[in-house]
Amino acid sequence: MNDRPQTSLLSGLLPVISKKLWSSFKDLMPIILVIAFFQGLVLRQPLPDFFNVLTGGVLVVLGLMLFVEGLEMGLFPIGETMAQALARKGSLFWLLAFAFLLGFSTTVAEPALIAVSAEAADIAAEAELISPSAQSIKQYALGLRLSVAVSVGIAILVGVLRILRGWPVHYLIIGGYVMVILMTLIAPREIIGIAYDAGGVTTSTVTVPLVAALGVGLASIIKGRSPLLDGFGLIAFASLLPMIFVMGYGLIVF
Amino acid sequence: MEFFFDAGWVLLATFRDILPILGLIISFQLFVLRQPIPHLRRLVVGGIFVVAGLALFLIGLEMALFPVGRAMATQLSDPAFLWGDAATPTADWTAYGWVYLFAALIGFSTTIAEPSLLAVALKAGEVSSGVISPWGLRVTVAVGVAAGIALGTFRIVTGTPLHLYILGGYIVVVLQTFTTPRKMIPLAYDSGGVTTSTVTVPLVAALGLGLSESVPGRNPAMDGFGLIAFASLFPIITVMGYAQLTYWLARRRQTKPLKGDSA
Repeated sequence: MNDRPQTSLLSGLLPVISKKLWSSFKDLMPIILVIAFFQGLVLRQPLPDFFNVLTGGVLVVLGLMLFVEGLEMGLFPIGETMAQALARKGSLFWLLAFAFLLGFSTTVAEPALIAVSAEAADIAAEAELISPSAQSIKQYALGLRLSVAVSVGIAILVGVLRILRGWPVHYLIIGGYVMVILMTLIAPREIIGIAYDAGGVTTSTVTVPLVAALGVGLASIIKGRSPLLDGFGLIAFASLLPMIFVMGYGLIVF
Repeated sequence: MEFFFDAGWVLLATFRDILPILGLIISFQLFVLRQPIPHLRRLVVGGIFVVAGLALFLIGLEMALFPVGRAMATQLSDPAFLWGDAATPTADWTAYGWVYLFAALIGFSTTIAEPSLLAVALKAGEVSSGVISPWGLRVTVAVGVAAGIALGTFRIVTGTPLHLYILGGYIVVVLQTFTTPRKMIPLAYDSGGVTTSTVTVPLVAALGLGLSESVPGRNPAMDGFGLIAFASLFPIITVMGYAQLTYWLARRRQTKPLKGDSA
C-alpha cells in the first residue's frame, strides 16, 4: 500500500484482470448463448459487422470489469463508512443532504442511463420532436439524465426519512403509482415510453450497492429497525420517482 | 485516428460524469465530518479505473450492444425470414413468434445469471427463515422478466398504449400487496429494480427500438420504449405470487399433513 501510485496501479491491475475478467465474461455468457442460438439455428445468417461486434463486446467486458473494480476499491468503502459516520453524528440535515447528493451523483455516473438517454435523444431528433442539431440532442439527453438524477436524489432522501420514521414501504409505493398514473394523463404521449423505462434504467451498477449500503447501515444503527426489513425498499422507490420526473420534463420540453 | 479522437472525447465526458461522486465524498469528508480522506491512494487509483472502465464500456456499447439488439430485431421481423421471399410485411401479431421467444429467452437467461439478484435471493431466504428458497426466487424473478419483455415486444408489434399495460400491472401489484406476507413486500418491490443490469438494459432497449422500426406502422418515438418498464414491473408480481403460494402451501402442510407432493 505504501509504494508509489504508478507501481500500485500496475500491480493492482494484473491480478484484477486475471481474476475479474472471467466473472465478467460469465455474466455475459447467457446473452452470447441466446444470440448464438438464434443466429446459428433459427436465422442461419451471421451478424452484420461481426468483427466490430466482437471488438465492442470485449471492450464492454473490459470496461465493466474496470469500472466495478474501481468502485469497489475506492468509492464503495468510503461511501459506506461515511454513511455510518453521518448516521452516528446524528445531524438530520447533513444526513438528508448526503442522501440526496448520493442519489444524484451516482445516477449521473450510471452507464446504462448514459447509453439509453443518448439513444432516446437521437430518436426524438429523428421524429422531429426536438431540433436535429447536435447541440439540442446533447441538451435533451443531459436534461433527461439530470431529471432522473434529481428524482433519484429525492427518492433516496425520502427513503432515508422512511427508515428513520419507520413508515411502511407500500404506502410510498402505492402513492408513487397514483402519481405515475396522474402524470401519464397529462404528459405528452412521446415521453411516456422513455419515462417508464427511466425507472428501471437508473438502478444498476453504481446506485444499487451504495444505496443498499446506506439503507442497511442506517437500519442497523437505529434501534428497533431490522436491516433486512427496513434496508430493503429504497431501490423500489428510487425506480418510481424518475418516471414521474421524466414525464414532468416532457411536459416542459415538448 | 478518428477512433482515438472519439475515445478522447468519451474519456473527457466520462470524467465529467464521475465528478459529482468525487466532489460529494471529498467535500463531506473534509467539511462535514472534518476528517482526512482514508486510503487516498486507493481512491485515486479506483477513480482512474472507474473513468477508464466507463469510457471503454460506452465505446464498446456503441460497437456491440446497440447494433446487435437492432440487428436481431430487424432479422427476426424480416418478412423474407418469416414467410420466405416475396412476402409483404404485415403488422399481424401472430407472425412475430420468434421475436417473443427471443425476448423471453434474453430476459430469462440474463436474469438467472444476474449477480445482484443472487445476493438478494440469499437474503430473502434468511428473512423468510427458509420458507422462500433462493433458487425458487431466482427462477420466479427470471420468469417474471421473461414474461414482461415478451409481453413488451407484443405491445410494440400491436402498437397498443403502454400505459394501459402498466396501469393493469399496478392494479395487480396493489391487490397483491394486501394479501402477501408483510415481510416479503419490500423485497418483492426491490426485485423489480435489481433485475435490469447494465449490459441487459442497452441490449433490450435496442431490441425494442429496432422492432418498432421494422414492424410496419410503428415508429420508434411512440412505440420503441417501454421494454425495461415491463422488465421491472413483472418480477414484482411473480415474486409476490410466489411468496403467497409458498406461504399458503406451508400453512396447508402444517394444518393437514397429508400428501407429500406440492405443485
